[in-house]
Amino acid sequence: MTELTDILSAAGLWAAMLRIATPLIFGTLGALIGERAGVLNLGIEGIMTFGAVTGWLVVFNGADLWVGVLAAALAGMAFGLLHALMTVTLGLSQHVTGLGITLFASSLGYFIFRLTTPAASTPPTITPFQPLSSAMPGIASLFDGGFWGAVVFSQTTLTFAAIAMAGLLAYIIRATPLGLAIRMSGENPHAAEAQGINPVVIRYGTVMIGSALMAIGGAFLTLSAFNSFFPGMVQGRGWICIALVVFATWRPERALFGALLFAFFDAFQLRLQAVLADSVPYQLFLMVPYLISILALIVMARQARVPQALMQPYRRGER
Amino acid sequence: MRLEKRESRSPALMLLAPLMAVAVALVIVGGLITLAGASAPEAFLKIITGAFGSRLALTETLTRCVPLILTGLAAAVAFRARVWNIGAEGQFYLGAAAVAAVGSGALGTILPAPVLIGLLALTGAIAGAVWLLLPLWMRLRFSVDEVVTSLLLNFVALLIVSMLLDGPMKDPLAFGWPQSLPVPDDAMLPKLIERSRLHIGLLAAIAIALLLHMVQSRTVFGLQTRATGLNPDAARFAGVPPVSTLIKVACLSGGFAGLAGAIEVIGVKGYVTSDLSPGFGYSGIVIAMLANLHPIGVVAAALYTAAVFIGADSMSRSLGVPTAIADVTVSLSLLTMLVAVFFTQYRIRA
Repeated sequence: MTELTDILSAAGLWAAMLRIATPLIFGTLGALIGERAGVLNLGIEGIMTFGAVTGWLVVFNGADLWVGVLAAALAGMAFGLLHALMTVTLGLSQHVTGLGITLFASSLGYFIFRLTTPAASTPPTITPFQPLSSAMPGIASLFDGGFWGAVVFSQTTLTFAAIAMAGLLAYIIRATPLGLAIRMSGENPHAAEAQGINPVVIRYGTVMIGSALMAIGGAFLTLSAFNSFFPGMVQGRGWICIALVVFATWRPERALFGALLFAFFDAFQLRLQAVLADSVPYQLFLMVPYLISILALIVMARQARVPQALMQPYRRGER
Repeated sequence: MRLEKRESRSPALMLLAPLMAVAVALVIVGGLITLAGASAPEAFLKIITGAFGSRLALTETLTRCVPLILTGLAAAVAFRARVWNIGAEGQFYLGAAAVAAVGSGALGTILPAPVLIGLLALTGAIAGAVWLLLPLWMRLRFSVDEVVTSLLLNFVALLIVSMLLDGPMKDPLAFGWPQSLPVPDDAMLPKLIERSRLHIGLLAAIAIALLLHMVQSRTVFGLQTRATGLNPDAARFAGVPPVSTLIKVACLSGGFAGLAGAIEVIGVKGYVTSDLSPGFGYSGIVIAMLANLHPIGVVAAALYTAAVFIGADSMSRSLGVPTAIADVTVSLSLLTMLVAVFFTQYRIRA
């Protein structure tokens, strides 16, 4: 038991929670706004991979870290445009198109990575985003050695951007005319059209912005959490985000909570793994994130109110 | 400009669509190959000779076809009934692991070869089916979308297999590599062609595709799966038992994927490793879509996909184009195919 309390009271656990949550917050929000407007984007896993590659390559070739983030966002947007073209304009199956985009985006990402970066035994690295403590040493020194100093000031700017984004999207969806337009496009696009809202434009917009967020989540992995890219590094995070959207019952503020809760369990199991390494196979611990996601789906699926027009193509004048 | 539904779908258009889709995909891939500093025509020629140009190339391509036909059928049979089985990768691994577990045990030494092979194939299929029944149960019991659960279970399945390979199934003679005990020689499928890796699993896979086509087009069950897929409520109203139809479909789909894993073990490798499949389960989804979910089409699409993988591998080695080009080609073909199928149903009116 002392081991458990040791783990829980260590600042490292809570710092890791914020770090693990960041790409999940971006990804979940990205998937969420598209779904609120009626479009499921299963391209997420591939878009995150492509964002991770793009951001890293741009920085590796000498650009600023923020240019890398921007490049990842634009690349994500391009795949969002492709997804919207196929699912909104052509009305193709959102499941199949999304999976196709995942396979295409990740394989194209690996192709471009291999093409531009020669194979080496140790992957080339960049200088990633630095923790807040080095960006604002003045304020950070006030908290030096303390619990909050270790938890908050060990994060990078992107983590705070993710949290702020959750607040911003929660506000937009709940309290603005744009949010109402998004919700109507996802609940009843025909009624939206009658109100002078163009559901097609809304769906394109949310899918493209959402894909940009997914790609930023991927870029966080290569530009902040790690400093290099390797194949398979996204490791199902995109699919976990899709589960988190359901867990969050399609609300941004709950998506933030869900991602943090999930990240807490993940950070906790990583530390438990170190304690129990001799008695329990490590694979059991690695299963935990996926099993938690499935459990979250089961718990929430019954109560969740799915956007009524989710996965239904909208064509003007056609029912 | 607007889209207008076509009154009828001409058979010529239906046949032309996949060819156009593949052609467009190949043009884009040609552009990527040029970007990689190789000549596109030379690269395509190398892909074709790499896949079909020699006895070795041809038998390797056909060997690769076997698991792809089966995972393609797994996706096709499920998607037709709108069971979104994205978990063929996990079902493949569990099928393979089950076969290695049973085959390397006591049963493997006492049973005569034909009985043993039949038993092992069945074992793999059952393991795969169980792994799909799990997400189907979650859908029916808790209304959880099986797309996400079957996907997440892929990661769980791979970890289970990896755990078994580190623990109870580990081959102590494998110099520390995580690799299972081998199945006995009696369990290995006979070769189709001597001095090659091609085994009779190819004939079995094609026979299963033909059989599935017969079942889908000629039997009540085939009609029921189609009806359930097209409109579940109408199907229920017409007296189709929805739950038992879905369970049967899941058994077939998971069974095919598990069988693919089983046959890869008793046909090619003889044992299981955690890198047995280079994404056969995911490729199966692409193959099913390329075939427009038609079982006979699956065989053709699997041949195309196998040829791209084997051919691109040898092209990559000689021209220095990254091997990921194979995955790019196949996934791009899927996207162009989706669009092509759309234009068999709709036309653009100015």
